[in-house]
Amino acid sequence: MSPAGDGMGAAEAPFSFSEANVERAKAVIAKYPDGRQQSAVMALLDLAQRQNGGWLSQPALEYVAEFLGMPTIRVAEVATFYTMYNRTPIGRHHVQVCTNLSCWLRGSDEIAAVCRETLGIDFGQTSADGAFTLSEVECLCACVNAPIVQIDDDFYEDLTAESMRTILDALRAGQTPKPGSQIGRTSSEPMGGLTTLTGGDGDGGEARPTGES
Amino acid sequence: MPKLTIDGTVVEVEPGLTVLQACELIDVEIPRFCYHERLSIAGNCRMCLVAMEGSPKPIASCAMPAADGMVIHTNTPEVHKMREGVMEFLLINHPLDCPICDQGGECDLQDQALFYGFDRGRYIENKRAVRDKYMGPLIKTIMTRCIHCTRCIRFATEVAGVPEIGAIGRGENMEVVTYLDQALASELSGNVIDLCPVGALTSKPYAFVARPWELSKTETIDVMDAVGSNIRVDARGGEVLRVLPRLNEEINEEWISDKSRFACDGLRRQRLDRPYLRVDGKLRPVRWQEAFDAIAARIKNLPGRKIAAVAGDLVDCEAMVALQDLMAALGSPHLDCRQDGAALPAEPRSAYLFNTTIAGIASAGACLLIGTNPRREAPIINARIRERYRAGGFQIGVIGPADDLTYPYDHLGDGPEALVKIADGAHPFAEVLRASETPMIVVGQGALLRGDGGAVLAAVRKLVDTCGILRPDSGWNGFNVLHTAAARVGGLDLGFVPQRGGKDVAAIVAGAEAGEIEVVYLLGADELPMERLGGAFVIYQGHHGDAGAHRADVILPGAAYTEKDATYVNTEGRVQFATRVCYPPGDAREDWAILRALSDALECSLPFERLADVRARLREVNPVFAEPDVIVRAPWGTFGGTGEVGSEPFVSPIENFYMTNAISRASVTMAECTRAFAGKSEKKTGTHG
Ligand code: SF4
Ligand code: FES
Ligand code: FES
Repeated sequence: MSPAGDGMGAAEAPFSFSEANVERAKAVIAKYPDGRQQSAVMALLDLAQRQNGGWLSQPALEYVAEFLGMPTIRVAEVATFYTMYNRTPIGRHHVQVCTNLSCWLRGSDEIAAVCRETLGIDFGQTSADGAFTLSEVECLCACVNAPIVQIDDDFYEDLTAESMRTILDALRAGQTPKPGSQIGRTSSEPMGGLTTLTGGDGDGGEARPTGES
Repeated sequence: MPKLTIDGTVVEVEPGLTVLQACELIDVEIPRFCYHERLSIAGNCRMCLVAMEGSPKPIASCAMPAADGMVIHTNTPEVHKMREGVMEFLLINHPLDCPICDQGGECDLQDQALFYGFDRGRYIENKRAVRDKYMGPLIKTIMTRCIHCTRCIRFATEVAGVPEIGAIGRGENMEVVTYLDQALASELSGNVIDLCPVGALTSKPYAFVARPWELSKTETIDVMDAVGSNIRVDARGGEVLRVLPRLNEEINEEWISDKSRFACDGLRRQRLDRPYLRVDGKLRPVRWQEAFDAIAARIKNLPGRKIAAVAGDLVDCEAMVALQDLMAALGSPHLDCRQDGAALPAEPRSAYLFNTTIAGIASAGACLLIGTNPRREAPIINARIRERYRAGGFQIGVIGPADDLTYPYDHLGDGPEALVKIADGAHPFAEVLRASETPMIVVGQGALLRGDGGAVLAAVRKLVDTCGILRPDSGWNGFNVLHTAAARVGGLDLGFVPQRGGKDVAAIVAGAEAGEIEVVYLLGADELPMERLGGAFVIYQGHHGDAGAHRADVILPGAAYTEKDATYVNTEGRVQFATRVCYPPGDAREDWAILRALSDALECSLPFERLADVRARLREVNPVFAEPDVIVRAPWGTFGGTGEVGSEPFVSPIENFYMTNAISRASVTMAECTRAFAGKSEKKTGTHG
């Protein structure tokens, strides 16, 4: 699947922002000086993608280009450069498995296998019922809690084969599984409890105890 | 001014120059792919690396401003090694298919590889392959060869003003495309072929035709419009194979329009290669003498007032002066070089010139376009206007069709009404013009070739006075006529207009229709209403079997612009010489020589033996011909006709950019462009004011 060109030119449904999105778009544009409205292109593409069921159709690109008074090819350049813009239709849930080094060392192979098997699809595919699209992604910058899977806007961390399966099942059942660490970590503190800065009444270097924020 | 040391030489440069430019000043050559002096700086190919003392890393000289005290090395083993490294990376995905590549022999990548390439590849992975793109009938793409310098993208966006090429995808998947694979809708698109430093973008019509070292290269002048672009014509064995631009900072810089570049295949088709005579309603090939005899039989004993001559759009000055003298000898006052009927005065000279000059557009402060679409009439001048617009602080107003000109403008009206309003000071744009130190107006043929053309010109003349288009203090002359025909200014300079008591082109046609004019001499004139020439005996002298030849009773085969040493005067009034590239086909001859021979048959011999004699005659008729290649400032005067202006909107005389004369109409490539682009550039875009 080359990111270039795919999906371009297909007959696609017309697109225009909902009223709420028009307001949002205007608010984004207002952040930039007059005549620099093109700077808002990434935010507007994001709005368009969300409104359009998770992907950017050609009419959506053209709409954003016109909204910002810029050539469509310039918008297409942005939309094809960043991997988080989808240029082909995707399922309702976008399951993005990180397979970079940290995650791989922590078992991403197994996580990927669970996803394939549970969803019945491979990387780059969408399930027949349109519920899931499975993707392989590069480092999601949450390596300390590897392995990581991003599903839609949420990160699921510290995954095991077991918890991965549970999450996918829950999604399929229409529930919203709890995002974040699946082993009860708050953020990225050591798994077995604090190993340093345990003194407590120290000199300003006290670590936050688990469970508080 | 910053002073820096380059390879041991101290050089002082203007502030703002880059290290690469500083190197060029002292003739130190820096290899480059992405850098181009007429485009913005991209700095992405890294071929221009040099070493700078104090910097741990090499610097990209094209993107680094020259600063005081820099010590630059361009010629050390380290620098050489860096460039070898860059070259190796560039070649990783390049197909190395020079033997089947049209760029071979004139390829920057090939040349640089000679200096910085390694004699074998170390890359053992798969090379990437890229799907070829469609960019229209002119540009052939082999995108696997692309090195992503982005020159074509920057040219389309910045110079041509059609932001349709871009780079999509990222990293290894980056590809240079036009949006949705559409043809690049620019009249200047062919220039990306010259800009592309590799063989990714090449000429489609010229594909696999010849190798550069087989060609004879001749420097000459283009006649597809009135700009007088400097070109180089490449031929092999008497056949013109391609046309390339030649640098002339004052005219076309290093660009040419697609018509100038690609219409040359029209030189091989529809050619008149022998004289013809109409016998029993059918044109029959004859020998020169028979043709001359037929003309002599018809003209002898005919009073001069029954003979008329019209000169067309591609005619050289030598031919016009010869015909003019012949008509005088025959006693005919009826001649006209304005075959479109434009209300152009023959006097004063400044009334029909682009006085600001093409390069002068850069110093204009405001611009009013009247009845012209420069994008179609003179793309090179349009690019200059756009360049000026991009520099900022340039308000442009348009009276006439609201087409996409590649820059935003205020549309002030469709016809003469708005013009009169501005001239009367009753329109806010009058203030814009007055407020500028250097206002310019451009009057197109669309404003002049109408019944009320003279009145329109008078209104323009008034506007010049009321809006201060002339600034005597600074010597600024912002009055400009944009011509569409390469022959027009030359014809007016020679006074190829009705003599005392003579008829202009409309009256000539009417006279022929009414039978008062019995012989009409068409010197390359094809854009007349031929069906209205009535029963007149029509002599057509020219190089293509176009409208004129179809109507003719006698055809005298002449030479096209690449087949004669000839003089042309561009819209600025710049006299330039075209040079013969090859000989005219068959029996065809140079045009002045045909007229010279005909004059013998008519027993009123013109006193020309050699080209030099005709040139001397040109200088005698008008001294401007003694000063080629320069601008002779034309004195100002009064002009303009009488009468009331009408209310019809102005329309550009050029409907289809790709077909405006006999050569381009015969060109297969131009026909393809017409099919691909007809009406498309008219599409309104977001840039409309
Ligand atoms: S096609 Fe040619 S000019 Fe355009 S980016 Fe590629 S190498 Fe550069
Ligand atoms: S490697 Fe997976 S988040 Fe960094
Ligand atoms: S020429 Fe300097 S980076 Fe390309």
